[in-house]
Amino acid sequence: MLLNNEADAAQDELVQLIAPNGERRHHPVYDRWVADVDGEALQALYRDMVVIRRIDAEATALQRQGELALWPPFLGQEAAQIGSARALREDDFVFSSYRESGVAYCRGVDLTDLMRVWRGNASAGWDPFAINMAPTQVIIGAQTLHATGYAMGILHDGADSVAVTYFGDGATSQGDVNEAMVFAASYQAPVIFFCQNNQWAISEPVRLQAHVPIARRAPGFGIPSVRVDGNDVLACLAVTREALDRARTGGGPTFIEAVTYRMGPHTTADDPTRYRDANELEDWAAKDPIARLAGLLDAEGLLPAEVSDSVQASADDVAARLREGCISMPEPAAQDVFKHVYSEPNSWLERQQDQYERYLASFESPVSDSSEEASR
Amino acid sequence: MATMTFGRAINAGLRRAMENDPKVVLMGEDIGKLGGVFRVTDGLQKDFGPHRVVDTPLAESGIMGTAVGMAYRGYRPVVEIQFDGFIYPAFDQIVCQVAKLHYRTQGNVKMPITIRVPFGGGIGSPEHHSESPEAYFTHTSGLRVVSVSNPQDAYVMIQQAIASNDPILYFEPKRRYHLKGEVDESVDITATGMGAARVVTEGSDVTLVTYGPLVPTARDAAVAASDDGVSVEVIDLRSLAPIDFATVEKSVRKTGRLVITHEAAQSGGLGAEIAASITERCFYYLEHAPVRVTGFDIPYPYSKLEFHHLPDLDRILDGVDRALGRPNSLSGLEG
Repeated sequence: MLLNNEADAAQDELVQLIAPNGERRHHPVYDRWVADVDGEALQALYRDMVVIRRIDAEATALQRQGELALWPPFLGQEAAQIGSARALREDDFVFSSYRESGVAYCRGVDLTDLMRVWRGNASAGWDPFAINMAPTQVIIGAQTLHATGYAMGILHDGADSVAVTYFGDGATSQGDVNEAMVFAASYQAPVIFFCQNNQWAISEPVRLQAHVPIARRAPGFGIPSVRVDGNDVLACLAVTREALDRARTGGGPTFIEAVTYRMGPHTTADDPTRYRDANELEDWAAKDPIARLAGLLDAEGLLPAEVSDSVQASADDVAARLREGCISMPEPAAQDVFKHVYSEPNSWLERQQDQYERYLASFESPVSDSSEEASR
Repeated sequence: MATMTFGRAINAGLRRAMENDPKVVLMGEDIGKLGGVFRVTDGLQKDFGPHRVVDTPLAESGIMGTAVGMAYRGYRPVVEIQFDGFIYPAFDQIVCQVAKLHYRTQGNVKMPITIRVPFGGGIGSPEHHSESPEAYFTHTSGLRVVSVSNPQDAYVMIQQAIASNDPILYFEPKRRYHLKGEVDESVDITATGMGAARVVTEGSDVTLVTYGPLVPTARDAAVAASDDGVSVEVIDLRSLAPIDFATVEKSVRKTGRLVITHEAAQSGGLGAEIAASITERCFYYLEHAPVRVTGFDIPYPYSKLEFHHLPDLDRILDGVDRALGRPNSLSGLEG
């Protein structure tokens, strides 16, 4: 029997609770997971998405102005990030890639910390244990194993926290992501695999990574999966809540494929006009996550001028603080280059540090050419 | 004092570490019921349970990556890589994650992971079961690398490795697993640092530096040389990154001659690092260029040929002759 049957096709359908035109769609399974989301909660989700889009725009501007070395924009992926991250508890732990600044915002990251890596002032912007989110991960897919191991630790501890890992469609080709699913299934670890399928891995379209919808892979590992409209914040919240509940109650891992679109470049160093069609961008612009929620709010009278003005003011305030924190970041000291390589003293490094300090000091006072020190 | 084999000494050290700290968790392939293919973890799953001695799927990157996650959660994972040649799928997680997370996070995330690797040749195995990959890891900052050569060190150093907050590669010479020795289990593991080299045999004519599987061979070579009137000082490095150069330097200042021997291939290997560092530190004390006696720059050969590749007593003695400027296999060629 071919596995590629009609049941698969049904499974490919996207969970959607808000249509692109803002109309609320009812879903037999997922409505109950957001039954408590009232007007105020919808407004809060709207505020979050507007604020993080403003963060993204401000950071992109800072890069263009030479204040950041690089920035990976997440324009278009606001619903996937806010919907999933707002479902989490404080004691859950996130292992993301480098594009989840919106998730970091939800975890309560300090705005200046959010900029450190991209300004070149640190390799990790924040203390992971302060916001229960691991630092940005550049090696594609590596973090999915960390999340799975963390979830194995949760199991050992007998806790009901959940590890959530974010990655893209490209990452699903990596061995690590597949190994993570093997381990997660074998130990029934409380981990959520949240794949933001944004259609592009730099210049490579998703069809190069996967010949069938990515969500179909997980059941082969024994992991239930769901495809969700990644531009629908309410649907993302619903499917993540369901997965969290499964994990907290001993049901093991879940794989979520949030189908979305990377509206911007891979990073500020990329030029997507070289590899993708403007029409495609236009199609996805019509499915914009913020406009969609605004449509729903508006239809229900929940977006009067004072609300949208207040949201815009919050976004502007966040952007101003982000910019100020970024440009006033102190420069690291030369000696910091040696710090924290090890947690315990290391004779090799101590010698190199000593020699480099002598070298730097030699600019202050001339080196004596007669001493043995000079030849060390 | 108890007499035990090398493998049993590691087992006893693991047991002690697990008793002392409930956060110590063992992970690896076949380490549970089977006790590992070398039986090093024999009986530990029975006594500590499957949650502390975890049989893993057959995926080395998966083992290492999940160990990273366990460390994030506050555990101290001890990972067994079944054979040296199987470590490469885990290389990315070791080099990019295990080694760098402490630096990346300005010390906020500690990676107290011990990676046990049975390594080296001499047991007649097929390909990928006899390799000496230590230089890949000594070249990676953020890692500490040790190799043990006798049951007492094995017992103490496995506990020191587990207690360390830095990630450690712990290389076990698999052909010595059945070597017996005295082990003092009452020793205070905090009394000595793991980084210190050990003078195995004192001598005055040549310094012979080695580690792991070749320590017994080097000691035998020193005995043979003494029959020939040559006094060889044998140093067991124990720590390969960082190397205790002070101990080596002290010896070379005394002998003026340095021979380094390891099973790993020569070019770009630890012998090169030791020769360069010692030359930098005590050039004017050297009577002869440092000599390397190592495995060849070849893939590890099939077992019928492995004893051509592995430095043995006679090749080491030939190296000692070279360092002394006595007639040797390369006489007339060196300059």
